[in-house]
Amino acid sequence: MSTGAPDLLQLKLVFVTGKGGVGKTTVAAALAQLAAEHGQRVLTCEVDAKGDLAALFEASPTGFVPKEIAPGISSMSMDTEASLREYLKLHLKIPIVGRIGPLAKAFDFVATAAPGVREILTVGKLCYEVREDHYDLVVVDAPASGHIIGQLAAPQAINDLVKVGLIRTQTDWMLQILSDPQQTGLVAVTTPEEMPVSETLELTERVREETTVRLSAVVVNRVLPELFGQREEEIFEQLREPAVEQVLSTRAGGSVAPVLEAARLAVTMRRTRAEHLQRLQAGLPADLPVLLLPYLFTRSHGVRTTKQVAQSLGEELGY
Amino acid sequence: MSPRGEAAPKDIAQLLSSKEIAIACGPGGVGKTTTAAAVAAMAVAEQGGRVLVLTVDPAKRLADALGLKGIGNDEVRVEDEVFKRAGVTPRGELWAAMLDTKLSWDDLIRRHAPDEATREQILANPLYQNISGRFVQSHDYIAMERLYEIHSEGKYDLIVVDTPPTRNALDFLDAPQRMADFFSSRLLRWLIVPYRSRLVNVATKPFYQVADRILGTQFLADISEFFILFQSMHEGFVKRADAVTRLLSDRRTTFMVVSTLEATPLREAEFFSAELTARKLHLGAIILNKVLPDYLRSAKTAKLAQSMSDRVDALVEGLSDDPAMAARVLREVAESFLNFGVVARSEAEHQNELKGAPDVLVTVPFFDADIYDMGGLLLLGAQVWE
Repeated sequence: MSTGAPDLLQLKLVFVTGKGGVGKTTVAAALAQLAAEHGQRVLTCEVDAKGDLAALFEASPTGFVPKEIAPGISSMSMDTEASLREYLKLHLKIPIVGRIGPLAKAFDFVATAAPGVREILTVGKLCYEVREDHYDLVVVDAPASGHIIGQLAAPQAINDLVKVGLIRTQTDWMLQILSDPQQTGLVAVTTPEEMPVSETLELTERVREETTVRLSAVVVNRVLPELFGQREEEIFEQLREPAVEQVLSTRAGGSVAPVLEAARLAVTMRRTRAEHLQRLQAGLPADLPVLLLPYLFTRSHGVRTTKQVAQSLGEELGY
Repeated sequence: MSPRGEAAPKDIAQLLSSKEIAIACGPGGVGKTTTAAAVAAMAVAEQGGRVLVLTVDPAKRLADALGLKGIGNDEVRVEDEVFKRAGVTPRGELWAAMLDTKLSWDDLIRRHAPDEATREQILANPLYQNISGRFVQSHDYIAMERLYEIHSEGKYDLIVVDTPPTRNALDFLDAPQRMADFFSSRLLRWLIVPYRSRLVNVATKPFYQVADRILGTQFLADISEFFILFQSMHEGFVKRADAVTRLLSDRRTTFMVVSTLEATPLREAEFFSAELTARKLHLGAIILNKVLPDYLRSAKTAKLAQSMSDRVDALVEGLSDDPAMAARVLREVAESFLNFGVVARSEAEHQNELKGAPDVLVTVPFFDADIYDMGGLLLLGAQVWE
């Protein structure tokens, strides 16, 4: 990895985003695992609660109240209504709080129409956890790249829309945490494929222009191993010549054609992906770390896989 | 054939010949957009008629191939020439359109605003601009709304829809109803009561006390103004949302769930299929993309690859002037087969376990190159067709 890269484990709050299907949740889980292995107290938060992150630790889905799902890792799922409740309890010491039920519904309603209200409750809760220092690192399995901007920009948007009131006074310290590259970072996960790469490049631009959060790293997931160098590929082509293939099949005691064909497929796949990877690297700022995670030829997803990915991530980060 | 002599559609061709709307939905990253375009192209090539593919966010090269330039809501005709270059004479017309959320919202407001003054006030309202431009859930509603609008114009024999990426794959199904509920809600009436009466009304007083302290009076006033304006379009909106909901459950509409055989997307696709069925919506097909070739699953070949890996030196003897490297290459080849075999077999098992599959279950093989032109779309389309 290049020098001068920010150490993801030194941050306090990391948002992990990416296009749907690229393995965003897996990377978030691996980062949490890596931090925990280095003795940190970690909180993971699922924003689009589907219970997928907990599943990567083979734990049952979590709620708003953090629950330990692995040694050193607590996990929660974002629930904006619960976040509002907690917020009101902390900040509004008025008797109305006991009757918050229908009010929460009302706010849910307002939040549906008023942009940023839901987002601010999400980001607010995360910043609160950072400020209170309950954890060394908060890892957020954030919304997909199409939605993350709105979330990260919410405090600023609210600052612009709301001129007075409690929310206004709150956004100032949130912005402070979010804008501090020593505390907060965004990790964009992608795969070396056309759409994910295009979306990542677009995200990079928008993060810079529309938010105060710094992009700390791009993680390229599912990078296929390079089977051959140039000389090896020539030899591979020789082995695929019909006469040679025939000899191999006779010696092996069965047709080696499908075995060779599979390797050809792997080589082609790798090549197409390498082009997208190049396009990604060419389009990103030169000083932005790009971390590569290998394609895992595994049959399932669970703690074992999470640890494997954490190890690869650790190697890329120089641990 | 069932005992009563009715044949259920067994392939996409038959399914689509009886439908006017086909909605491609499913988890992110599985190739929904490309699949929708391929199905539409194939329908034009094979069945004819006038077919529209309504897409949300196509890859640039795909958009170029369809002649979609930049943003905009216009429906554009894909030139016959594009088909001919791919070696096909189209039997009908292919049209393509992209969804521009902001423009679609503006259109909607223009249609429903009671008068010009209200219309201009809404379009200029900062909250409205925020909602229509940035607010993510507004995608869901407007996609279905636009579909309704186009369908009701009656210009197309078939409309293939690519659904927007949503937080939850079901959001766009619920969006019309949510929109209707939103405008019918008692809460909306609370928000637009005149400021003075808020503090004396027993029901709304607590709400406003808290809301004022958190959001500030000015922001609340902005919200109120916005809702008061919107209220004027209430009836039109609710009617419209109901009509959109009806269209989704119409017999002429079918859903195609797109997925890959990877565990996570497939789980989402299964959930989605179950939900469609529970809502009595027509689950017409499941399309499984990027399926690894059959030969990777063969246990016999895996055994062969294993034995090859164990004795590469003997196998390459005399076949290369660099036997050491040839042996290394062959070992890589064998190991690579075994690696992909693990994935292929586990994906095959996922397919076996697939629950609630409809009559039409299509698998599309993995393509080792990106699909970005008509030739590629038709190649993919042909696989879906079979």
